Amino acid sequence: MAVIEVQGLVKHYGEVEAVCGVDLSIDAGEVFALLGPNGAGKSTIVEILEGHRAKTSGSVSVLGYDPAKAGRSYRERIGIVLQETAVEEQLTVKEAIDVYGSMYPKRRKTGELIELVGLGEKTDSRIKALSGGQRRRLELALGIVGDPELVFLDEPTTGFDPSARRQAWSIVENLTSLGKTVLLTTHYMDEAQYLADRVAVIAKGQIVAEGTPDTLGGRETASTLITFQMSGHSIEGLPSNEVTLSENGRVTVRSMDPTGDLHRITGWAIERGVELAGLSVTRPSLEDIYLELIGEGTDA
Amino acid sequence: MPDRPSTFFLLWSQTKYQNKIFFRNPMAAFFTLFFPLMIFVVFSLVFGNQEIGYLGVTTAQYYAPSMAVFAAVSATYTNLAVTTAYQRDRGILKRVRGTPLPPAVYLGGKIISAIMIAAMAVLIMMTIGVVFYGVQVYASTLASAAVTFIVGVASFAALGLLIAAVVSSGESATAVTNATLLPLSFFSGVFIVPSDDAPAWLDAVANFFPLKHFVEPFVAAFSPLTVGAGWDWGSLGYMVLWGVIAVVLAIRFFKWEAPVGRGGKSRRRKKDATVT
Ligand SMILES: Nc1ncnc2c1ncn2[C@@H]1O[C@H](COP(=O)(O)OP(=O)(O)O)[C@@H](O)[C@H]1O
Ligand SMILES: [Mg+2]
Repeated sequence: MAVIEVQGLVKHYGEVEAVCGVDLSIDAGEVFALLGPNGAGKSTIVEILEGHRAKTSGSVSVLGYDPAKAGRSYRERIGIVLQETAVEEQLTVKEAIDVYGSMYPKRRKTGELIELVGLGEKTDSRIKALSGGQRRRLELALGIVGDPELVFLDEPTTGFDPSARRQAWSIVENLTSLGKTVLLTTHYMDEAQYLADRVAVIAKGQIVAEGTPDTLGGRETASTLITFQMSGHSIEGLPSNEVTLSENGRVTVRSMDPTGDLHRITGWAIERGVELAGLSVTRPSLEDIYLELIGEGTDA
Repeated sequence: MPDRPSTFFLLWSQTKYQNKIFFRNPMAAFFTLFFPLMIFVVFSLVFGNQEIGYLGVTTAQYYAPSMAVFAAVSATYTNLAVTTAYQRDRGILKRVRGTPLPPAVYLGGKIISAIMIAAMAVLIMMTIGVVFYGVQVYASTLASAAVTFIVGVASFAALGLLIAAVVSSGESATAVTNATLLPLSFFSGVFIVPSDDAPAWLDAVANFFPLKHFVEPFVAAFSPLTVGAGWDWGSLGYMVLWGVIAVVLAIRFFKWEAPVGRGGKSRRRKKDATVT
């Protein structure tokens, strides 16, 4: 059953058309990523689902509620990590988790939660004294302190260093293992690829592609690139159609049948005693696909 | 939800944590608790603690209750307006709005905490007055003093939330509360003992706003010239009126999120610090 069901969602801020007809259907237990550049409309969508903002038109149902009208019982079942937010700086980490935890009927144990987000040493530190990354991890803890079924994470790792990001990812994996549904936004391809079961790429308020990280934008059927260096030899007779030769002697073969093509190319090279220097076989990365989808693709 | 925390428990835990936040904020604590006390001590020094001719009370007997009211109004009106508006700027109100905590309980906790701090400020002021400046307390008027206090701080707490509701940022909350409380304190007999020579329009202004209706009966409750129990139903009713109007308007205009482009630097996390 779909936990989040969105149809034809539109949001205008005065003249700005931030979201222009978005459809989403997210199932229980899924980790769904909205991937897109800044200003794409990710936060707008997420905050409409959270009940923080009013939609212009379209239909939205989350856990069977209309978030715009939902109240306490809806908020008991969701957890929110906003993109830009703060916690009362005068409190300690433990106090903040206790006081926010006290608002929910179910709650995760303070001590365990602090360990989970890696703030064990900071338990009794004032929030004022935490670094940006530590605050963000505290905010993650506050987002899940009520043991929610559905968690909204709006750019949870923006500004993190790589190890903090890994740690945040393991928190999300922990949520998944508990069967929670997660809707996260990010502008990091690797984050979407690593965490999400399904990804929607969003640009200028519209979903331009949707699928699993592996199939996104036709990635699994996109042509593979076979490249190598040739010096002093002609590429005459190279058994492939889509061959390009750059000025510095780099040969690129676009292949829809990489196994066969590679066999033929190496056969051709051995026959002539040609060395294929720097031979490599690559699939377009999610990043290539993504940049192309959001219209910032460069010819790679 | 069977395990839903009770409203009473939530209200109490919110009150406790608002108190914590207040006492861990040295500036707020200083201006609310010690600043009025300092003025009181300075006035008693400058004017000498003798009888103010036409009032028939000593300087301290007048200024202890009047500065107690000033402290109580700072704790409710100024503090609630400023901290609430700053918390909105920083996104804290929005965070709270996303939890199951009923908004009325959150704001109720803020109000109760402010009133507790106001009560503490008044007790400190009156105790120092009694112990060091010979201020007299009369049993016959204690009840009316207490009721005046409660009605007064409740109304000013509501007014503080109204200011928080209508201003666009913490800075403007500071500006608006100072620009209203300080001049009114001069007109309403908080800083300056009222005289009969004041122009009529000034009297009219003072009578219109609620501060005078708080100070006058509260000071009167500590005057030896007051006869009877000191009940001033007119002033109490007038403060209730202001309070009720403030509550209605505050509910009507309250915002949980700062307007776009407001909210100051503190809300913006550094995105440039990204390491990839
Ligand atoms: N409260 C607002 N008022 C006016 N414009 C807004 C508001 N919030 C966002 N926008 C605009 O809507 C667009 C989408 O913003 P947002 O949803 O924050 O994107 P993202 O989260 O993907 O960066 C942007 O052009 C942004 O400037
Ligand atoms: Mg955003």
